[in-house]
Amino acid sequence: MEERPFNDTSYEQFVKERKVMGSKCKNCGALSLPPRPICISCFGTKMEWVEFKGTGRLAAFSSIVVAPPYMVKEGFNRNNPYVVGVVELEEGAKTVARIIGFDAKKPELIKVGTPLKAEFLEKGEGPERRYLLAFKA
Amino acid sequence: MRRKGKLSRGVAVVGGGLTKLGLFKDRNCKDFFTEAFVEMVDSIDKGFDPKEIDAVYVGNYSNDFFVNQSHWGPIIADLLGHVPKPVTRTEAACASSALAFREGVLAIASGLYDIVLVGGFEQMSKRTTEEVAEGLAMAASPYEVAAGFTFPGVFATMATAYFAKYGVDREVLFNVTIKSHNNAPLNPKAQFPMSIRDFMNVRIEKCRKKGEPEPEWRDEKDFLRDPVVNPPVAWPMHLFDCCPISDGAACLLLVSEDIAKNFTDDPIYLAGMGQGSSYSFHAKKDLTTYEATRYAAKEAYEMSGLAPKDIQFSEVHDCFSIAEIVHIEDLGFFKPGEGWKGVADGLTKLDGSIPINTSGGLKTKGHPVGATGVAQLYEVWVQLRGKAGKRKVPKSNLRIGAAHNFGGTGGTCTFTILERR
Repeated sequence: MEERPFNDTSYEQFVKERKVMGSKCKNCGALSLPPRPICISCFGTKMEWVEFKGTGRLAAFSSIVVAPPYMVKEGFNRNNPYVVGVVELEEGAKTVARIIGFDAKKPELIKVGTPLKAEFLEKGEGPERRYLLAFKA
Repeated sequence: MRRKGKLSRGVAVVGGGLTKLGLFKDRNCKDFFTEAFVEMVDSIDKGFDPKEIDAVYVGNYSNDFFVNQSHWGPIIADLLGHVPKPVTRTEAACASSALAFREGVLAIASGLYDIVLVGGFEQMSKRTTEEVAEGLAMAASPYEVAAGFTFPGVFATMATAYFAKYGVDREVLFNVTIKSHNNAPLNPKAQFPMSIRDFMNVRIEKCRKKGEPEPEWRDEKDFLRDPVVNPPVAWPMHLFDCCPISDGAACLLLVSEDIAKNFTDDPIYLAGMGQGSSYSFHAKKDLTTYEATRYAAKEAYEMSGLAPKDIQFSEVHDCFSIAEIVHIEDLGFFKPGEGWKGVADGLTKLDGSIPINTSGGLKTKGHPVGATGVAQLYEVWVQLRGKAGKRKVPKSNLRIGAAHNFGGTGGTCTFTILERR
């Protein structure tokens, strides 16, 4: 049995371990990703961990041309845009993530509904090291 | 008798002020608030002694970040000579001053105060565009920021969901931009008092002077399709889909209904107001609607006993073009999926059946985030008083107007209905 608290820290630890882990309400079965300590469907507080398959469909997206400073550091800019989106997972929950595998310079060719698969990204060095859930077309 | 959802006593707006909006690096928020306050005092028909103000509520999003100064309530109390009476600052991102208005109303309705000043201000010009974008993104959901979303990116994402659901494309957004820019030259306070046609003419003139080949746009839509003049920011949001960075301030004087006629023979009364909250993207059931707006509207309609068809004009929070389309559906002016069509058919133009953003909206008037909520209500007040000049809504018996304010990526929304009796 997984004993970690149902919070953002645990979620990020799981991403580092290359697992997409969310919470399931023991009372009503509602799924949440990232995990929640309180069920927003029935207000129950008894949760269990559930591993998502990591497959889903693109529900909505944008190709970001004017990037924030922390993405500029990664090399993104007006000539090198990147895609972000909302992913509807096979199990029903949604998540927001970086989307890779599309040509960000041709956003008009990206189709809502495209099947996606989870990818795990690592960025930064030393104490700045971060682990991110992304999805690939 | 069921009291929940009703105010214990009525509230009226009897005065208002709004700065010219724009970028004013050599001034600060005290200067902006002074400008709005002086206009407000002068606007009170029967005169008024500012010493009578019982309390002040001011909205400000992030001067803490934008100008490295927090605790703006007492700075304003000091400025106005309001000390030692109470001042409260409210923060809800771009809906900060709508909450100042709401707190002012609740304080009067409770019987605690009779005369309350509400306002808002922001100075965004002291930071670079990238820094402002970072400062605004602090009001998005932390999950969205971690994934690399920007503010325009969040609305761009909503736009793709809307396009996929209703089978439309980017072209429907052009109608919103063209409409707002047609209202802008009629508003002397607007940051960009120019129609799209004006922008085209300026560009053509520039090319002519430089001896460069003149662009050959067929019409305004053709101009907006041109990536040279309208480049992408976060596809499908382009430059002309996005509101500008602005400085400015606005304020309104609220009084209890029973004393309103001491200030003016033409008070504008609060008919209803509501406030709601929303989940961020990953927890939304439907990506093309905001539960915060729907909840705020339901509260305001119930309090007022009015329905969407009774609203004669409205300011809505058009931080991005797609937002205006979604809001006019959420507020009940159009059915879900039909907002874009209403705009295309001209129904939201100044002379349409439901004029939207007669001020030019955030897109052209400007969006000093903490000032916007009260600045929108200022426009409604000016229109209902018949003092909107060239942009006056051309309807006989103009009586009921509303304002919708939206904070962050939809986390806080308000809807407020004002009426002339």
